[in-house]
Amino acid sequence: MTTTTLAVLVPLLPFLGAIAGLLLGRTAPGFVRPLAVLPTLVSLGLAAVVAARQGGDGAVDAATELTPTGSVPVELALHIDGFAALTAVLVTLVAGCVQIYSTGYLRDDPRYPSYAALVSLFTSAMLLVVYSGDLMVLLVGWEVMGICSYFLVGHYWETPEARAASLKAFLVTKLGDVPFLIGLFALATEAGSFRVTRILGAVANGGIEHPTLIALLLLAGVAGKSAQFPLHTWLPDAMAGPTPVSALIHAATMVAAGVYFVARLLPLFEASQAAMVVLAVMAAVTMAGSALAALAQDDIKRVLAYSTIGQLGYMTGALAVADRGAAVFHLLSHGAFKALLFLAAGVIIHAAGTNSLAAMSRMGHLRDRVPDAYWTMTVALLALAAIPPFSGFFSKEAVLGVAEHVVTGHTEHAPAAAGWIVLLAGLVTALLTAAYAMRLWLLAFRGYGAEAPDHGRQPLTMTVVLWVLAVPSLALGGLAFRVLPDWFDGHDLTPTLTTSVLGTGVALVGGIVTYATWRHTTAHAVSRVPLGAVAAHPEGDAGLVEAEAIASHQAAYGDIASATDPSDPGRLLLGPLHRHAAAGFHLDAVYTALFVRPVRAGASLVRFLDREVVETYVRGAGALPRWLGAAVRRAQTGNLQTYVSALLAGTVVLAVAVVLVATGA
Amino acid sequence: MHLAYPAVLSALLFCTGLYGVLARRNAILVLMSVELMLNAVNLNLVAFDVWLSRAAEETLHSGQALALFTIAIAAAEIGIGLAIVLAVYRNRGTSDIDKLRDTAEGPGGDGPDGDVPGGDASATRTAAEKAEATA
Amino acid sequence: MTLAAVATAAHATTTTAAGTHGFLSPTGVEIAFLLVGLVTLGAAVITVTTRQLVHAALWLVVALGGLAVEYLLLTAEFIAWVQVLIYVGSVVVLLLFGLMLTRAPIGRSPDADSGNRWVALAVSVAAAAALVWVVVDAFRTTWIDLDGAPAGSTEVTGASLFQHWVLPFEALSVLLLAALVGAIVLSRKAKADAAATPTTGTRRDTEGAR
Repeated sequence: MTTTTLAVLVPLLPFLGAIAGLLLGRTAPGFVRPLAVLPTLVSLGLAAVVAARQGGDGAVDAATELTPTGSVPVELALHIDGFAALTAVLVTLVAGCVQIYSTGYLRDDPRYPSYAALVSLFTSAMLLVVYSGDLMVLLVGWEVMGICSYFLVGHYWETPEARAASLKAFLVTKLGDVPFLIGLFALATEAGSFRVTRILGAVANGGIEHPTLIALLLLAGVAGKSAQFPLHTWLPDAMAGPTPVSALIHAATMVAAGVYFVARLLPLFEASQAAMVVLAVMAAVTMAGSALAALAQDDIKRVLAYSTIGQLGYMTGALAVADRGAAVFHLLSHGAFKALLFLAAGVIIHAAGTNSLAAMSRMGHLRDRVPDAYWTMTVALLALAAIPPFSGFFSKEAVLGVAEHVVTGHTEHAPAAAGWIVLLAGLVTALLTAAYAMRLWLLAFRGYGAEAPDHGRQPLTMTVVLWVLAVPSLALGGLAFRVLPDWFDGHDLTPTLTTSVLGTGVALVGGIVTYATWRHTTAHAVSRVPLGAVAAHPEGDAGLVEAEAIASHQAAYGDIASATDPSDPGRLLLGPLHRHAAAGFHLDAVYTALFVRPVRAGASLVRFLDREVVETYVRGAGALPRWLGAAVRRAQTGNLQTYVSALLAGTVVLAVAVVLVATGA
Repeated sequence: MHLAYPAVLSALLFCTGLYGVLARRNAILVLMSVELMLNAVNLNLVAFDVWLSRAAEETLHSGQALALFTIAIAAAEIGIGLAIVLAVYRNRGTSDIDKLRDTAEGPGGDGPDGDVPGGDASATRTAAEKAEATA
Repeated sequence: MTLAAVATAAHATTTTAAGTHGFLSPTGVEIAFLLVGLVTLGAAVITVTTRQLVHAALWLVVALGGLAVEYLLLTAEFIAWVQVLIYVGSVVVLLLFGLMLTRAPIGRSPDADSGNRWVALAVSVAAAAALVWVVVDAFRTTWIDLDGAPAGSTEVTGASLFQHWVLPFEALSVLLLAALVGAIVLSRKAKADAAATPTTGTRRDTEGAR
């Protein structure tokens, strides 16, 4: 089979699996699990073959025009370069792990068939985005992901949090998609094509007249999808979905799509200095803000969600300094260790019966209950904190190294201001990242107090994938930073000495300070007030435990994001900032004031107009025929003589009229 | 003789019968008024036939023949009409036309399925109901 | 008015009609026609206005008889006798039977007219005005020549009826048969109470179908 055929099969197989799963879900439940897992795994193999055949050489391009559109043609096109090939491998790897993990995680869930089919569809849509060489086709995958995320985040729709979160995810990403769509149309109009290759050609020839406008419009969509400030608010709330869905959305698919899109069209963004600076500012605000917020969260998954936002900030920062190689490198390593973090967090939530770090810190020996999760999560957290030699170190140093290059003026692609912004924000974020990773690890695994409840062994499907993902988290960076430039643009990804020392130094400082704070807070035993609500379901599957934990968090702690735990090191570290950071710096309140209230007011105005004004006309229009009808009904007496009288009177009138007309009078 | 005399007389008789049909309450009186109207038509037919049989060379005497037919049909009509009136009277206990208001949408919601001149349908229905009630 | 008088009057008109035909110089036949016509119209009006139901039937006899006389004045002898036989002889008798079978009150009944009376009056007066106006306007100069052989003698009528009108005549017999059957079916009682008046019904039907 040619590479093109294999590449077509990669997104097609999960799609067919999704269709078959939806169709057979009720009639043949036995086929659902194979139908969910096997197509994704086959796609993984095919994607690996495609990547091996592509091998970093010239991009594989294939296109067929479906039907003439009359203006800019829409083509079913493939454009597989090194970025696409490797990203597809990551997507299928994470999706395969998530599917296997889900069979254990949701083993008793009655809605598992539709869930698995939607995950397959989600994977397929992401692969379409990755491989597509036509922006319209890419948009199809982009929107399918949006709707799938709506359904998957709302999987526990019995809880109000999940319903609100799924709606929020949908609306916020769509808010970014509107300017994105306009930007796509503007881009295609100016370039004369939706094909990536032709657009890049037009950019190279200077054929784009308004690069800044188009780039900014596209950035709005990217910010929505990749959860960048100011459209990131949906992502922490999306934690109301099942943990495997969080892993899928955060590691490989939805949020990666935005970064990947910018990486694909990076020359377009480079054409506009303003767009690059905006991108850099966006990345810096996202990085630093989300790291601060992560330090204040109580829900373990919300910590990871904010850390995702921060790591995405690193990727957009790399793009802002015009190095997509570093961005996609970080995307790959982050995909591996973030999927691992989420899946391990799912195991911990199942074992602890709660998603609250405050409650976990009051459980002794939680790490003995889940040794697999403990070890793999330690690896992943070290990767997240960018401690050498874990993979996160290499990818993050690549980003910082590129920023340093730009600052010292070694490249002309990006403005030096962007370099400074990214570099400084990256260093601050490295410090904070190490701090919240340390806090998470300490609170989850070094708790004191009553024995953790015994929920039995985790299913094998849930623990094996952790080790599978631990391998790339541990080794991907160190092995790949020499090889990857061949696949990418050729920029060197080797860590530079300055940034390595700086980055690792601040990370170590962050970790040590957090540890010291933790020792200080836990030493004050008086502050160890009992706290927490634990949903204990020894027989239930992990999904049930998690759904109850999410539903009970607000009731137990008064807030969905934070808990009033005095022994939390994050509280001491952040000081007065803690309250604001826990609430995500009140961005939701700002949105409420800016958008929700005006819309509500407008809606009530419309309702008033409809009820009082339009309805009056409607009632008037109804009343007149009713009165006429009542009058006519009165004439219907049932007395034949009346009828005949009327008939004959009419006849006489007609006859007289006819005679008058006939005689010409 | 002027043709106007029989013509005007027949017109007046016709309208008298018309008044009777519209104004009388008893169904049999209505039938009488119908007879008056038919006779007015007959007078017209005969008068015009006489006039034409003088004026024209060849005549079929169609007016007089039609008058005869009308008389026969009127006789048949009066028989049928009386039979209907009797049937209605038997079932309703009255032959007052303005009490037969089944075609109106009454407050009781009694479905409009009875045509009053063809009152046999509603008559048989009420008869069936009566039979059920007594059985 | 006796039959002989009618006959002589008819004879006189047929012989003397000639010359200018003004409305102010009526012939004898015309005078007789007018007088009989007034009687007929008066009887008809009483028929439709009287409050005594049986009287209405009797006044109907007068009106129909007056019409028979008018036929005679128009030299339509056969139709005049048929009129007397069928209408006066059977139809009115039938109507009287009907009145009695429906237990019509003897004497004045206050509710002989329905509430529709004034509408009916208006409609009929309007119709009469329109008809009279049209008829007079159209035929005010037309003259019927009543001289010569009678236009409607039994011989002439019979000849035309059985030469030119045989087929309708036969079809009419089928119609009468249908009316006979229909009257029987209609007046037959439901089986539950088929006892009271079958005999009168049957007799009336045979008379009506005659």
